[in-house]
Amino acid sequence: MNTLVKHRLFWPVAMLVALLLSNLAFTPSFFSVEVRDGHLYGSLIDIVRFGAPLIMVALGMTLVIATGGIDLSVGSVVAICGALACWRISEQGDQNSVAGVLVAVALALGLALLLGAWNGFLVAVVGIQPIIATLILMVAGRGLAQLITDGQIITVNSSPYKLIGGGYLFTVPFAILVALAVTALAVLLTRRTALGMLIESVGGNAEASRLAGIHSRRITLMAYIVAGLCAGIAGLMISSNVSSADGNNAGLWYELDAILAVVIGGTSLAGGRFSIAGTVVGALLIQTLTTTIYTTGIPPETTLLFKALVVTVVCLVQSPAFRAKVFKGRRRRPSAPPAGPAAATTEKVEVPA
Amino acid sequence: MIRRWSAAVVAGLLAAVTVTACGGGDDGAGSGSDDGKITLGFSQVGAESGWRTANTKSIQDSAKEAGIDLKFSDAQQKQENQIKAIRSFIQQKVDIIAFSPVVESGWDTVLKEAKDANIPVILTDRAVDSPDTSLYKTFIGSDFVEEGKKAGDWLVKEYASATDPVNIVELQGTTGSAPANDRKKGFGDVIAAEPKFKVVASQTGDFTRAKGKEVMEAFLKSNPDIDVLYAHNDDMGLGAIEAIEGAGKKPGTDIKIITVDAVRDGMQALADGKINFIVECSPLLGPQLMELVKKVNAGETVEPRVITKETTFTQEQAKAVLPERQY
Repeated sequence: MNTLVKHRLFWPVAMLVALLLSNLAFTPSFFSVEVRDGHLYGSLIDIVRFGAPLIMVALGMTLVIATGGIDLSVGSVVAICGALACWRISEQGDQNSVAGVLVAVALALGLALLLGAWNGFLVAVVGIQPIIATLILMVAGRGLAQLITDGQIITVNSSPYKLIGGGYLFTVPFAILVALAVTALAVLLTRRTALGMLIESVGGNAEASRLAGIHSRRITLMAYIVAGLCAGIAGLMISSNVSSADGNNAGLWYELDAILAVVIGGTSLAGGRFSIAGTVVGALLIQTLTTTIYTTGIPPETTLLFKALVVTVVCLVQSPAFRAKVFKGRRRRPSAPPAGPAAATTEKVEVPA
Repeated sequence: MIRRWSAAVVAGLLAAVTVTACGGGDDGAGSGSDDGKITLGFSQVGAESGWRTANTKSIQDSAKEAGIDLKFSDAQQKQENQIKAIRSFIQQKVDIIAFSPVVESGWDTVLKEAKDANIPVILTDRAVDSPDTSLYKTFIGSDFVEEGKKAGDWLVKEYASATDPVNIVELQGTTGSAPANDRKKGFGDVIAAEPKFKVVASQTGDFTRAKGKEVMEAFLKSNPDIDVLYAHNDDMGLGAIEAIEGAGKKPGTDIKIITVDAVRDGMQALADGKINFIVECSPLLGPQLMELVKKVNAGETVEPRVITKETTFTQEQAKAVLPERQY
């Protein structure tokens, strides 16, 4: 039990469970999942499905933040990719042609890679501060998305494209499967190869890593490219879910939600340490919070305040320093750990997958 | 010293860029008030939606038709651009200035400048909050409360014979925006007369399809018995339709849907029977605006508030007008 409570992800997961349980009071059938119309149907499925794009964006953001950077442009990349894919599909004669949709998706993801590489280039090669470098694309990207859509909402009517964000495969929403696959791939690459360690090393001290023989520029560049690609996939999911591209509103303020998810997951904003599982929990927590607001009927005027309060509580509860201060008085004295090397080992941060 | 110089150079460059950017919009025809034609300076909010684009097109087309020389400027959703545009209109000595204010406040100074230059001002689509109403001649635009009332009237008529309670869910526009506040109020006032109408859930969908779908998904789970959906614009309604279909229900039949705006995608859904009723919020105020411009220019008195000519659409009407729908 004690080791469970000590686990880094204990508090975020506990908050997530608490939030889910609180829904039960308002909606007794909240946890029921049924098969309707040949696919899974229920609030829990909704949370994961609508959370999938956020998970994608936050995954990319985790890697960027782990290298000590930040990517503010992901929201704009979301808008650009959705716009490009929908524009391409709307231009072709038969919107339902699978080949045409594949070309559109490939084009959009190609552009996402390019945009990520642009950010990476500015940060790793030119040496601009990440927050400024990615701010460029954050502002310019919205303009680019509106240029593609011509300021309009492009509506497409394409069943293969619809699959990405709004469709089902083996009764499970396709977006959930994509998010699962990408998360698994990220865990595999960062925890089963040396890549994760290299990223943390660059985030800890880029110069020292370079002197130790790590291509730190290449690692940083790669992190931004992956962030771009993840945002691109999220952009496809979001636009496909509503079969339309909205250059103005798609992915608006997504970068902030993504950063929040990363922080809730326990990744340090200073870089050098990250947790992919934590990020996924963080993203689900944010989406659960949004769904909770809708189902409990909190008036829209106070939504933002409620969100801010919950997030503040989550962050406070997660902080060991805060817990120590608040709960110290209630703890039994004898169980205080003895000082010395034994305590030092338990203090060491575990790095879960 | 060097730093100060470089700052000056950068400032100079920026100013030059801004001036060029502004100059690009001009047609170079000069003030053009000598040839007897009325010159109208119009500053548009931007091109943020299909609605706005249709609004721009209507104004440009009807100006051409009415033989009015239009100087058009796009503010790209920034108030400072709009103030700059109005000042340049004053310098060019246009006959009349019309604009859709990006925001409600902060217009007194520039409008006084226009007044001092004896150039009448007409507001379109959006109002300003200045207490001094002598600063502008008239305000032409939609009455959002009226739109909400029209939506409520249809609902009352549709359920006139029903005795069971009617459960309504509402998708509001962006929190705090005038259309969201007024459409909610107008609708609420009408249905409050009969206790059988009950708004069981009301949340903001930010006027977007994605949010409309997400919120409706949550509504469908927390309220198993929904009879009517009232969405403050078509886009949220369209998103909600997808959510309703995903829940295995039939939009338009199992859940009756009322929306506001009547953009093309919405009208298509109405014609397809997925929406039951749309209250129009017309962007096509060009012809009415040009009429006002001529009257004001001739020195005639005009009403301080002019409502845009708007109608409502049922499914049959939508089928009839859909082929010639402009936006």
